[in-house]
Amino acid sequence: MLLHDTALIFGRYARQTLRSRFAMLFGVLMPLLYLLFFGPLLTGLPLGSRGSSWQVLVPGLLLQLSLFGASFSGFMIILEKQSGVIERMRVTPVSRLALLLGRVLRDAAVFVFQAVLLVVAALFMGLRAPLAGILVGFVFVALLTVSLASLSYALAMKARSQHEFGPAVNALTMASMLLSGLMLPMSLAPGWLDLVSRFVPFRYLVDAMRDAYVGLYTTASMLYGALAAVALTTLAVTVGTRVFRTAGA
Amino acid sequence: MPIISTAGLARTFQTKHGPVEAVRGIDLTVRSGEILGFLGPNGAGKTTTLRMLTTLLPPTGGAATVAGHDLVEDPAGVRRACGYVAQSGGVDPQITVREELVTQGRLYRLTKEQAVRRAEELAHDLDLTELLDRKCAALSGGQRRRLDIAMALTHRPRVLFLDEPTTGLDPGSRADLWALVRRLRDEHGTTVFLTTHYLDEADALSDRLVVVDDGRIVADGTPSALKLRYAGSIDASLQDTFLAITGRGPAPADSTPVAV
Repeated sequence: MLLHDTALIFGRYARQTLRSRFAMLFGVLMPLLYLLFFGPLLTGLPLGSRGSSWQVLVPGLLLQLSLFGASFSGFMIILEKQSGVIERMRVTPVSRLALLLGRVLRDAAVFVFQAVLLVVAALFMGLRAPLAGILVGFVFVALLTVSLASLSYALAMKARSQHEFGPAVNALTMASMLLSGLMLPMSLAPGWLDLVSRFVPFRYLVDAMRDAYVGLYTTASMLYGALAAVALTTLAVTVGTRVFRTAGA
Repeated sequence: MPIISTAGLARTFQTKHGPVEAVRGIDLTVRSGEILGFLGPNGAGKTTTLRMLTTLLPPTGGAATVAGHDLVEDPAGVRRACGYVAQSGGVDPQITVREELVTQGRLYRLTKEQAVRRAEELAHDLDLTELLDRKCAALSGGQRRRLDIAMALTHRPRVLFLDEPTTGLDPGSRADLWALVRRLRDEHGTTVFLTTHYLDEADALSDRLVVVDDGRIVADGTPSALKLRYAGSIDASLQDTFLAITGRGPAPADSTPVAV
């Protein structure tokens, strides 16, 4: 039943995404601009990494794509809440977990697709990385998307309007981006900033992904990154499903 | 056996300004095949009660069964037995009528073929066949309402909950909707539980009226029984009856002060 329902909800929202192909391509634009106009600045700088600057930057950009994109997934649900679609679905016997999973898996598919486009563009810019590492990177993108989209839907279900939702998410994503070292590794940071960033879970994801991009799969960073990703996903999906079960939406 | 039965059903919301008792204990039985008008001033607890009975909102007190299923113990059973049309409706404006109807069928676990067939049946019954391939946004208010009801009838529910179904409709569409509600009861024996602000609607449509005020039931009976009891005559208007029961009008529209 869960599979049937999840596939059904996934299909509904995947069709919705396909109807707005333009928006999907637009999503890649921001990281693409970073790649084109920011990436070349880093090529000669000492970044404290084993690989090239592209192997440091691209994992960060992929997570940034997911961070900014998935965090705003909730916007759509605010509209659906207002049109009564959410309540209509919650009155049917559909699985509550599926209401969330169908949506976040759609988001994961969208962002992994965008990530593939971005990696292809990066290859042209000069990125060289092992295929296995790149694939591991996509798994991190998918897990981060599922986590953030779940939390975003949960927040949006609770928010009264877009006006409340937008600024809250904006503040959180900007702070997370800066504090997790998505643009430049935190190994460059002074002690206090490095310490603060250790409380931001995304930092562990980006460190692990950078290891994967230089072909290191058995490091402590990889372990912490994997643990952080799994813990974050479990927590976020639990919170999200709980909201779909009880929300006064 | 009653199709809906509640005992002390209550809901308290926690707000910044302290707890708000939206529904303070509803004791109600509804017979199968009845059209029940659930009336009350704004904020009386009508929608909150409906949302509890349709499993959207967990009660904070009391108990209820719908079609033999306990609201708290067996919400899935309640969901299979009842249909609900919210005041806002429940379709996505960017999606076609057909796709919404088919998806709804599949949410009720019909196979793809069954869902497609059921969508066509419902469209035929509710005069939506011509509109199947339009986007929901392109429908008029009356058409949209018929679609909302079609969606709620997908699984042939024994109880249909309608929250202010005719608010915002033109008189022609309202009349159509009344005819539809009667037909559902007469042809399928569907129990209809509807809230409304329109007293003429409640009067014309309901077998029985339940008036709520401040989260409690304050009157319960057939329209003529209530008129006789509260306004002194079976020919009294429901408006006068309603005023006598609640001490105020049903909607804020008629707030003109009465000269004494």
